[in-house]
Amino acid sequence: MSHDHVHDDDGHSHLDEMDLRVRALETVLTEKGYIDPAALARLIDTYQTQIGPRNGARVVARAWADPAYADWLQRDASAAIAALGYSGRQGEHMVAVFNTPERHNLVVCTLCSCYPWPVLGLPPTWYKSAPYRARAVKDPRGVLADFGITLPDTTTVRVWDSTAEVRYLVIPQRPAGSAGLDEAALADLVTRDSMIGTGLPKSPAA
Amino acid sequence: MTYRTHADLGGQPGHGPVQPEPEGALWHAAWEPHALALTLAMGATGSWNIDQSRAARETQPDYARLDYYRLWLAALQQLMAERGLVGADELAAGHALRPPAPVPRVLAAADVAAALAKGSPTERSATTAARFAVGDRVRTRHDIPPHHTRLPGYARGRRGVVERVHGPHVFADANAQGLAAPPQWLYGVAFDSAELWGDQAQSGLTVAIDAWESYLDTDAPLGEAA
Repeated sequence: MSHDHVHDDDGHSHLDEMDLRVRALETVLTEKGYIDPAALARLIDTYQTQIGPRNGARVVARAWADPAYADWLQRDASAAIAALGYSGRQGEHMVAVFNTPERHNLVVCTLCSCYPWPVLGLPPTWYKSAPYRARAVKDPRGVLADFGITLPDTTTVRVWDSTAEVRYLVIPQRPAGSAGLDEAALADLVTRDSMIGTGLPKSPAA
Repeated sequence: MTYRTHADLGGQPGHGPVQPEPEGALWHAAWEPHALALTLAMGATGSWNIDQSRAARETQPDYARLDYYRLWLAALQQLMAERGLVGADELAAGHALRPPAPVPRVLAAADVAAALAKGSPTERSATTAARFAVGDRVRTRHDIPPHHTRLPGYARGRRGVVERVHGPHVFADANAQGLAAPPQWLYGVAFDSAELWGDQAQSGLTVAIDAWESYLDTDAPLGEAA
């Protein structure tokens, strides 16, 4: 538990109210034997250091580099992603959706904050917040503009609202000028937002 | 008692622009990772399921005011109180005041990696034949059920096309009520933006949802609609 202090203007210091509340909760649950404090530390460490968007970037890079893998990803994303070691909580049933010049994909959960944790980690604040959840299904081009993205008028938009336990991963288009890059270099071009559909991959020159 | 969700936000006006944030911004306060871990660890006790958890969150009266982890904490406290696991008086005291109630299991540190890797798959064996196939025209149910449901308001009473047959899945509506119910076939259903948003529809937009079989009825082909 954090012992961060907040200092008032008058020099007094006090623990933040939320820090105190969560610490009390942790104490009570530990005393009752419902939780193992070491498991909490393990959970936090896992999502800080092991499960995040670099996992998804490796999936995308493999799909860019290996057409057979891309085909597998299209047919059975859960198995293809699990083959790279990413599976489980909030990614039990995966579908990969591929961007093309004709179609751009965007993923949202209007009802809560469903998100493919094994490949993207914890969802960013905006993904869980009302503006994105409200507008993505009605005004996706406006949402993309908030992210500085303008699609050609000829590109259609497909929004995937994650209303059940199926989770969606966007496979962005491979950037121009990336021929000859190995998978690690390709993965470096893949941003979290490009796998949600609110961004595009980096250009190799950038 | 009336069931009221505050979470059905799709299409709702007036929320302003999206505020992007950098990829590394995981936490916004020191207590947030602890709120996450406590919620996951208590979920792992098996005292409730994910749909009961979603129902507890979406019905919090101050839903619109709470940020994500505050919402999680409010729902967690409610779920624990309802089951007699932890009382508000104990949280206020910061210590257990009563002996624990039994929980199905406790997540040990050594089991965290395996538990996360396994997750909680919701696909089940089929107990019925699928009613719909890819390409079928369907219309979504119009009524608003008095319990947790996963058919968003903007997609109620709308005509769409079945694009995917995901397989039989645990039925969220029943699961949220703690009811034993057979799994239902789950479908990917796509809607044209004009069907959802009328004159305000963005051109070239389609929206897909995942819908359980009982959310859907057969619809006449669009060309034959009255």
